[in-house]
Amino acid sequence: MIKSLDPRVNRAAIEEENSIEPLKDLDQWETYEVFHQKRRGDQHMHVGIVHAPNAEMALIFGKEQFGRRGLSVNIWVVKTRDVFTTDYEDSDIFETVPEKQYREAGGYKVMDKINKFKKGL
Amino acid sequence: MNTEAIKELLYKMADDLLIIGHRNSEWTGLGPILEEDISFSSMAQDKIGQAQALYVLLHDLGEQEPDTVAFTRNANQFHNAQLVELPNGEYDFSLMRHFLYDHADQLRFEALANSTYEPLAKVARKVKGELKYHVFHANTWVTKLGLANQESHDKMQHALNHAWNYALGLFEPSANEAALIDESIFIGENTLQEQWLQNITPVLLKAGLTIPNPSTWNPIVGGRIGIHTAHLEPLVEEMSEVFRYDPTAEW
Repeated sequence: MIKSLDPRVNRAAIEEENSIEPLKDLDQWETYEVFHQKRRGDQHMHVGIVHAPNAEMALIFGKEQFGRRGLSVNIWVVKTRDVFTTDYEDSDIFETVPEKQYREAGGYKVMDKINKFKKGL
Repeated sequence: MNTEAIKELLYKMADDLLIIGHRNSEWTGLGPILEEDISFSSMAQDKIGQAQALYVLLHDLGEQEPDTVAFTRNANQFHNAQLVELPNGEYDFSLMRHFLYDHADQLRFEALANSTYEPLAKVARKVKGELKYHVFHANTWVTKLGLANQESHDKMQHALNHAWNYALGLFEPSANEAALIDESIFIGENTLQEQWLQNITPVLLKAGLTIPNPSTWNPIVGGRIGIHTAHLEPLVEEMSEVFRYDPTAEW
C-alpha cells in the first residue's frame, strides 16, 4: 500500500504496483504516434502512426511519411503504448446535462452589453 | 572562369546523383518495411531532383537538355563513380552505400555553398535540408544495425568492407581540378576525402564497425573518365527505355 502523509491517500489503500498492465512485447516493431507542427509556436497535431524499433527511427520515418511535403517545422513521436485512453464504451462521460447556462458563455450577462454595443454602432 | 573544369565537376556530381537515385528507387515496393520503403524512395526522388538541377546548370553552360543528357548517353559517357552503379544486393549494402555516399555528397555540397561559381552555390544552399535528412537517416540505420545483434553487425561490417574501396573511388581526382581550386570554385577531392573520413569515423565507431586497415585501401577509380563495371549498361538501358520509345514526347 502507498504510504502518505495525507490520511485520505492511506484510506484509499492504493497498491504500490500500478494496476494498469503494460502491453506484452510484440512480435514486430511497436508503433509510435506521430505529431507534427506546421509553424513554430503552433500546437502539434496528430498526423498518423509509424512502426519503428526505437524513437530515433520513429523520427526518421515520421519525417518522411508525414513531413516530406514540406508542411512541418517539427515532429514529435510518442510510443503508442505510452498513450492512455478512455474506453469507447465510456463515451457517455462526455455527455452533459444541457441545463447549465451558468457554465456556457451565453449565460453571461455581458452578451447583452455586447449586443447593445453592436447595435449602437 | 574555366568552363571545362566546371562542366567536369557538374557532370560527375549529376551522374552520381542520377545513378544512385535510380539504384535506390529499385527498392520501391520491395523495402524491408512500409515506412522505410517510403523514406528510401522519397530520398531517391530527392537525388533525381538534385541531379536535374545540376543538368540544368550544364545546359546553361551549353550542354544539351537535361533529359537528353540523362537518357541518351551510353554507359561509357557517364562520369559517376563505380560505387553508385553497383547492384543493390541486400539491404545492408544499399544502406552502407547510402551512408558512405551521402556523407561525401553532403560535404561536397556544403563546400560548394561557398563556391565562387554562384549558380552552383545557389543549388548547394537549396539542397542543404534534404542532404541533412539523408545523412541523419543513414547514420540512424547504420548505428542501429551495427549494434542490434551479431547477424546485423556482421552484415553491416561485410557491407562496409565490400563498399570501402569503391567509396574511396568517389574522390578520384579530375583532370581540371587544380583550376577549380585556384578559383575557389571547389575545395578539391583530397580535402573532401579528409573531411569525409573525419565525419564517418565517429559514426562507424559508435556503430561498432571497423574501417578497413589503411594498408588495404585501394581506391577503385575510372568512373570519372567513363570506365565502368558491367552493371552500368543494363541500368542505363532500363532507365532510358521509356524515353527512347519517343524522345520527342511531351510528359
